[in-house]
Parts: sequence; C-alpha cells; structure tokens
Amino acid sequence: MSPAILNRGRLAVWGGCLALALALPLVLKSGFIISLLCQIGIMAVFSLSYNMLLGQTGLLSFGHAVYYGLGAFATMHLLNAIGKGGGPLTTALLPLAGGLAGMVAGVVLGYVTTRKAGTTFAMITLGIGELVAACSLMFPAVFGGEGGVSGNRVVGKEAFLGFTWGPQVEMYGLIVLWAFACTVAMFALTQTPLGRMANAVRDNPERAEFVGYDTERVRFLMVILSGFFAGIAGGLSALNYEIVTAETLNAHTSGIVLLIAFVGGIGFFYGPIIGAILVTVMQIVIGGMTHAWLLYFGLFFLFMVLVAPGGIASLIAVQRNLWQAGLLGRMLPHYLAVTPPVLVLLTGLVGLIELGYALLSGDAGVGAGDTATRVLGMQLHLGAPGPWLTALAITGIGLILTRWIGGRLGVAWNATLATLYGDKA
Amino acid sequence: MEFVVISLLNGITYGLLLFMLSSGLTLIFSMMGILNFAHASFYMLGAYFAYQISTWTGFWPGLIVAPLLVGAVGALVERYGLRRAHRYGHVAELLFTFGLAFVVEELVHLIWGKTSVDYKIPAELDGTLFSLFDTDFPIYKGFMMLVSVGMLVALYALLTRTRIGLIIQAALTKPDMVEALGHNVPRIFMLVFGGGTALAGLAGVIGGNAFITEPGMAAAVGSIVFVIVVVGGLGSLGGAFIASLLIGCIQTFSVALSISITDVFALVGIALPEGSQVARLTITQLAPVLPYLLMVAILIFRPRGLMGSRES
Repeated sequence: MSPAILNRGRLAVWGGCLALALALPLVLKSGFIISLLCQIGIMAVFSLSYNMLLGQTGLLSFGHAVYYGLGAFATMHLLNAIGKGGGPLTTALLPLAGGLAGMVAGVVLGYVTTRKAGTTFAMITLGIGELVAACSLMFPAVFGGEGGVSGNRVVGKEAFLGFTWGPQVEMYGLIVLWAFACTVAMFALTQTPLGRMANAVRDNPERAEFVGYDTERVRFLMVILSGFFAGIAGGLSALNYEIVTAETLNAHTSGIVLLIAFVGGIGFFYGPIIGAILVTVMQIVIGGMTHAWLLYFGLFFLFMVLVAPGGIASLIAVQRNLWQAGLLGRMLPHYLAVTPPVLVLLTGLVGLIELGYALLSGDAGVGAGDTATRVLGMQLHLGAPGPWLTALAITGIGLILTRWIGGRLGVAWNATLATLYGDKA
Repeated sequence: MEFVVISLLNGITYGLLLFMLSSGLTLIFSMMGILNFAHASFYMLGAYFAYQISTWTGFWPGLIVAPLLVGAVGALVERYGLRRAHRYGHVAELLFTFGLAFVVEELVHLIWGKTSVDYKIPAELDGTLFSLFDTDFPIYKGFMMLVSVGMLVALYALLTRTRIGLIIQAALTKPDMVEALGHNVPRIFMLVFGGGTALAGLAGVIGGNAFITEPGMAAAVGSIVFVIVVVGGLGSLGGAFIASLLIGCIQTFSVALSISITDVFALVGIALPEGSQVARLTITQLAPVLPYLLMVAILIFRPRGLMGSRES
C-alpha cells in the first residue's frame, strides 16, 4: 500500500473505531444492547459485501442473501460436524469456512449471472435467488426444512485465552474482530487495481473494454469476492444466533440488505455501515413500539430514493463540504426552521397510520385501544371521527408548513450548493 | 391422452393469465427502459380491490372498476413517483418500484390483514363447462380464457390499428422525435404505465379468485413474471407471449406428474444409484424450480431470450 492510503488520519479513524467498538460493552452492559450491537456488526459486513457489487461495480443484485445463507449453513454444519472434537479456537475460525462456501457459490452462480450487467443482471440474480430458495425447501436434510438447523457454539472443554464464546459479550468481541478484519480487507480491495477496474466497469463498461479489460471477468471476480465476505457474515450469524433457517437465503433477506446499503449510501465506502446501524436500531426500537414498522421503513426508503438517492452518507458528505467551505452557517437556520413543521407532519402521518392499524387489526390481537393510546398519549375511541379529523388536520397543517418552509430551504440549498461548487470550479 | 389435454387446457389458461402480466411489464420496459418491480403488486391490488367491491356489489362491477382503479393508482405512481426518480437514473427508478412493492405489501397487511381473504368465484360461473373423458372443465377457466384472449385482441388492435397506438409505438423507439412532433410524451408514458398496471389489475381480478388472494401472491407471481420476461427476451411482446404459455404449461404439467427423477432416467435406460435424495425427488417436488432452471438454461445457451433482438 502506498503511504497516501495508510496515512496517519486514516489509521487514527480506523483504530478509534475498533477501540470504540471493543470498549462499548464496558459502558453499555445491558444484554439487549450487546445483542443489538452483534446484529449491527453482522449486518455491517453483509451490507458492505453487498455494496462491493452495487456501489463499486454497479451491479444491482436481488439475490445476495444466497451467499449469506449458504455461508451460514456451511458454518453451522461444520460446527456440528466438528462437535466435541473442536475447541474455541476452531469455532472462532469457522466464519472463514462460511466465507469459502460463499466464495464457491459465487464461482458457480456468478458464472451464470455476470454474463450481463444492468437490468438483466438484476433479474437473473432475482431468479437465481428464487431458485436457491426453492431448492433449500426441497432438501430438508441439508437445510433443516421449516425448523432450520441449530447448533451450539460452545465446544470443547478448554477455553482459548479465557474465551469459550458462550457469553454474548465474548461473541460480540469475536464479531467485532471479524467485522473489523473484513472491513479493512474490503477497504483495501477498493484501492487495488481490481477495485479500480470495478469502478471503471461501473462507470463506462465500453471504455473499460476498449482499454483491454474483460468487463465480464471483472464482474465475475467481484461477485466471487463479495460472496466470500457475505459468507463470512453468514457464518458469524450462524455462530451468533446458533440457528440457521431457510429464511436467511430467501428474497426477503436479499431485499433487506439492498435497503440497508442504499439508505446508508452506496456511493461511499462507509455508507452501508451507517445503514446497518440505522436500520438495525430502527428495526429493534420502532419494531418494538409498533406493528407497522415495515411500512414506516418502506415509506422512509421511498422518501430516500426520491429525495436523497445518495443515502445518508451523501448528506453527511455534503454537510462536511459546506462546513469546510464555511457555508454551513448559511444553511443551519433553514435546517432549524424546517424541523418543527416536519415534526408536525410526521406526527400527523404516524397518527393516521397507527389509527388505521388499530382500527383494522384490532381483532387480530393488537388491542384496539392500546396502539392509539400509545401514539397520541390519550384514550381514544376509534369509531368516533374526532381522532381521525385531528390527525388529518395535523397532517394537513404539517404538509402546508413543510411545503412552504421546505421550499425556502430548497432555494437556499440550491444557492449554497452553487456557491460551494462554483468556488471549486 | 386425457391427462395431456386437460393439463394443456389448464396450462394455456394459466399462461394467458401470465401473459396479461408480462405484456404490461414488457410494454413498460420497452418504453421507459425500467423494469417495474412492483408490477405483481398491482396484480395483487387488482385482486384485493375486486374482493372489496365484490363484498359490496358482487363480482361483475369489480371486473370493470377494479382494473380502472389499479390503472389510476399506477398512473399516479408514474406521475408523482417514477417521474421524479427518473432524474436520478435507472437504478433509482428500479429501487423506487422495489420500495413500492414493499410498501404495497405492508399496506395490504394493514388494510386486509395477513391471512387470505375469501374472494369467491361468482355463482353464475361456478360449474362445469364441459366434460372431457372423465374430467370436468370448469366454466370459470373458460371465462378466464375468454377475458384474457379478448383483452389481448383489444390490446393488439389498440397498438397496431389506432392513432394512439401508433404514437405509442413511435414513442417506444424515438421519444425525442415524437416529442418534437408536438405529442406530450410524458403523458404517453403515464398512460402506458397506467394501462400496463390496469392489465395487471385485470389479471388480479380474474386470477385472485381462481387461485388465492393473500398478501404473498405478489411475491409468488412476481418472480415468475420476471422469468418470463427474461426467457422471452427483454422488450419482446411476442417472446413474452410464447414464454408465458411455455411456463404456464411447464408448471401445470410438472405439478401433475408424480414420477421421480429415477423413473425419468429409467425411461431412457439409465439406472441411477438408489438412495440419493436428489434421485428420489419427484417432478411435482421440482415444479417450483423448473421455471428458474429454464431461465438459467436460456441465459447460458441463448442469452438474448427466445425472441429478444437486442443485448442489454
């Protein structure tokens, strides 16, 4: 690596992140937080591996869960096969087997999928994903059928350096180390000639071909490597949850990883990590409060596609550019001004959705009164028009105010961006 | 013989239904260059709308109103969603429809619940049309065939025999030129999108009660429709037609065949080693996988699809 890549600032950021991740359990001791952090670590590796395809190579895949799931199943079967003969050290290395399984799957499936790029690639991966998911239900001996395959990650009698991986905290440490190693490796890959060629194939395949590169080959290699890292993530999930079901390799998991990477920001290396943190926290926190969390998440995703297709990471990057140019001060009053109306609008919308949920699924055990009470903080009668009109009115007022103040924000935003990029040009 | 004829009839019925979905998808694809990931969601919406209307007024008004409603929803989605996403390129558009499919499924959960609804075949169409050998062919299957064929003839006439059809065809290949001639191309796009989704909605209206109306129906049909579009060749209506019938027949035939892979090999004189799990699988068990295997085979041996003219 050249010194420019391994500069002091970057080393400090990476080292700081690792230290922070390892130190977190010392501060946040609750079991709930630790398992949340474990989930974030696994999803971060998975979505980073996904972004090797979408962000770096421009390949929109709808079947990435296949590599994740196969990695998870391989790890679980190996864990069960080793059984008593192994020890904590072999267990700690097992995700590597998951990675190799993902890699092999990448070689076999990538051979078919990478013949094309673009929309065709997206459809083929969708079909292959369905193919593997349908196959997994056909072979219950391997994939465990409905119940899945389970195992125990604590094997052997002796601890390795005092670790058995039994307690969740120790598992968390293992996940952090694996996630860190994978992240470093994936970042290093972006700096290699292959990583650069992947970008070229994404941006202009014809020109890449013209200078003598085989675009199909570049795509193939990227799918294999991305399968490797997805397999490691799957292996970690197998060890973490101690159960692997056929759901890990179906279309739903593929969809979630796409959403995570996109919401985080596919144009930035660290984007998927932000996405993994955000979506996992949303899933646990909002999912714990309301049954409608998937609806909120879907709407949030649509909003991001329409308003900020660069994801959260791009929003952060623009703010940083503004800050460095001394222009952030110009935008801050607008941000502050637009916050209250947006909050009003959100309150109204959430009220409407929750009222709807409470009314329509009241008989399904949600408890008609409960949900509405929790949202608006008062006892409500769902049959009466009062709550509905109130929610509708709040939404309407919020919408009008947001459009008005948001319009001014938009004008200021465009003017500021013009100044920012005008200065550079 | 009996088995072949009955399965063929069932396969053609199912294939025609699939073509109502894949034709809309193909039209939208060739015009806008995007694959509407939410296409099967409109199919599902059609079924649910028709169910809701049928609880109020019976089946027949729903047959007309539900597809129109679905088409209106589709046109609104194009106008206020897709057109905005279009500025950010094809990936953003594809992702928008993907997110839309997600939201539609959740909304269906919200409004109609997570289990299937009781969307029934109307009493007038419940019965036997004719008996072939010993098997009854239901009236409703004949009705499905009639609606699909009628729709397809109308679509063909609209595209090739009318002025708007000619403009649509021109806008498929040369949108800039059509715009320069004074036609409102964005509005044509909106109409095509609305029309394509209305076709999907109609398929939902007549398919929802023949099969099952549940929140998972979009996902179940969606991936099959994508397979059809790939197998037929992207953007080719003729290819989509052949592929729809092919997949329809493959699925109905394979579901009804209970011979195992060992038997198949035995027919051609190869004895497989006994006891392996693969060899004991029956064709019926393989049925869900066959369309995807066909797709993989097509991609390897004829990557542009059966009738596709361009490599994309």
